[in-house]
Amino acid sequence: MEGERKMNEIRPSFLRGFLALTYRELKKWLNDPIMIVMLILQPLIWMGLLGKSINIQGLFSAENIEIPSEIILPGIATIPPSQGFIILNGTYLSRIFEDIGSKIMQSIFGVEDYFSFMSIGMISMIVVMTTMFSGISIVWDRRLGFLDKVISTPVSRAAIIFSKIANSTLRAIFQASVILALAYLLGLRISNTFTIMNILGIYLAIFLMSAGLSSIFIAFSIRSTRVERPMQLINLIMMPLIFSSNIFFPTELMPNWLQAVVNINPITYLTDAIRQLTIMEINVQALIIDFIYLSIFATILTVIGIVLSWYYLTK
Amino acid sequence: MKVIEAENLTKIFNKSLIAVDHISFSVYEGEIFGFLGPNGAGKTTTINMLITLLKPTEGRASVLGFDVVKQANEVRKVIGVVPQEFTADEDLTAYENIMLCASLYGIPSNIAKDRAMELLKLVELIDFKDKRVETFSGGMRRRLELACGLINRPRILFLDEPTLGLDVQTRAAIWDYIKLLKEEYNMTIFMTTHYLEEADVLCDRIAIIDHGKIIKIGKPSQLKDSLGGDIITITISGNEDITDVIKEIKNVKEVRKENSTYRVKVENGEIVAPLIIEAIRKRNYIVTRLSLTKPTLNEVYLECTGRAFRDGNDSEDFKFKRLHLWRARGK
Ligand SMILES: Nc1ncnc2c1ncn2[C@@H]1O[C@H](COP(=O)(O)OP(=O)(O)O)[C@@H](O)[C@H]1O
Ligand SMILES: [Mg+2]
Repeated sequence: MEGERKMNEIRPSFLRGFLALTYRELKKWLNDPIMIVMLILQPLIWMGLLGKSINIQGLFSAENIEIPSEIILPGIATIPPSQGFIILNGTYLSRIFEDIGSKIMQSIFGVEDYFSFMSIGMISMIVVMTTMFSGISIVWDRRLGFLDKVISTPVSRAAIIFSKIANSTLRAIFQASVILALAYLLGLRISNTFTIMNILGIYLAIFLMSAGLSSIFIAFSIRSTRVERPMQLINLIMMPLIFSSNIFFPTELMPNWLQAVVNINPITYLTDAIRQLTIMEINVQALIIDFIYLSIFATILTVIGIVLSWYYLTK
Repeated sequence: MKVIEAENLTKIFNKSLIAVDHISFSVYEGEIFGFLGPNGAGKTTTINMLITLLKPTEGRASVLGFDVVKQANEVRKVIGVVPQEFTADEDLTAYENIMLCASLYGIPSNIAKDRAMELLKLVELIDFKDKRVETFSGGMRRRLELACGLINRPRILFLDEPTLGLDVQTRAAIWDYIKLLKEEYNMTIFMTTHYLEEADVLCDRIAIIDHGKIIKIGKPSQLKDSLGGDIITITISGNEDITDVIKEIKNVKEVRKENSTYRVKVENGEIVAPLIIEAIRKRNYIVTRLSLTKPTLNEVYLECTGRAFRDGNDSEDFKFKRLHLWRARGK
């Protein structure tokens, strides 16, 4: 009789377990001021270094090129006082040159300044990095016995996996928000199609990317007893994944074989979606394609990842 | 009532390492059942199969009638687990750790809050409830693990080496908690240990396990009695031979005389000794010395395996310390 009372009291639910485990993850990093500083510092450094050091629009800036104050061209002019010469004013010439520069920037990068282009690329890069690295925490959970404790309780196995995915995703979204805010302060130029609602779109895109990537990564990490394994995997795939995307440079100017790779890389779609939602004018059709691609990517990887982790946790 | 039943339970790792080798045993309601064996004997592996962390390679086991493989989730609801390692989250406080466990069991939060406080009081961590676990000593961590293992009011508590690496005082304190759980809450406790003394003091019944096999099973006193009983050594004044007088007494098995000293092998020495004294007095002899030696589990173990049990296994303690050093550095 007493036993029955006890049994009724224990109602493990997916939601309870999921929230408790996610809360634990959040608490772990929110409790840790150094971690928060790192989370903010990391994108700042990347953005400062890459976004500002690769000053592409500087190439087209008159400041960096010596333009004489007057250029005299032979020709026939009908306006006095000059006879037989056209005199062009240097400042006017600089303006023409910069105008052309902007046009080139616009046509290549879709925006007039490389910093804006790059900062959004940084968001993608940080999302990918953070997602991968936070998946490693499950190796620690396993090594320190925490995972064993959790799976000896009746909590839903799915709650364990989903809480890890949620943790990766929330971190990625947090860092993306930090970069966006910092970039704005550092001179990111927002397009005229930007509204506050676009931020939700950005978060959705990041969520899709992060959920897919972290699921597969958690499935891999959960099998490793040593942190080195997932680290090696990250080292192996991270840079190629990032460079074979449109993070640093637009796809159109790449050689064909590379374009083919870039066009299947989900990071390309993430970056494009966020750029459209922030610094470029929205091209509805392209944006829809981005989201469809990201959704397919997320669905496939999440399903594979969850099935693999599930198999491990219940074996 | 049988609450745990194992039949031919077997675990083979990597298709070759037989960690647990066809063991069968039952645990009855309300008893403290101990698995005693040296490091690597297969104790943790057995516990892990019973608490549904590992699937048996062969054989079956049930806990409160629930099959550990087919009804794993039912088993998980009714048991409490205190693992060999410290598993609490170091970055959270003691209270947060307990509440996390409560949520994993789906215990409604108002009940969980009361119970967490009650358990923290029980294990005397209430003053440290808002301190992060990383600041805790080994004994405090073990007590916290115990509290976490009790959050769902389990009917059966599994304790894997509950005093491993603890100092003598803390060990005694843990023993007190375990006894309290049995006496106050009538909890069934399944524990493993490689300390002979611990098994002897705490357990109602012991299974001696070595190389994955159960060698002997029974009450500590029975196991010791099976060696042939206690030894009473008696010295009397005078040189008369009283061997026959002693032999007549009930439960005396063997008497050997050396001058005026007799070595008497008996069952239940503490009951027989007064009888012997009385019998000798009746014949008007005076007992000048008497000592009673009880066989220890060590001798039982020696008899079963042909080798001495290394009590307080050093290599295990060392491994344990190293693990903690590693953990401290690993963060
Ligand atoms: N996950 C595992 N994989 C392979 N071998 C294991 C695993 N766990 C335990 N073993 C081996 O099984 C044997 C029994 O281990 P264990 O049950 O931990 O012993 P005890 O708890 O009695 O010290 C040991 O030889 C150990 O090395
Ligand atoms: Mg063990």
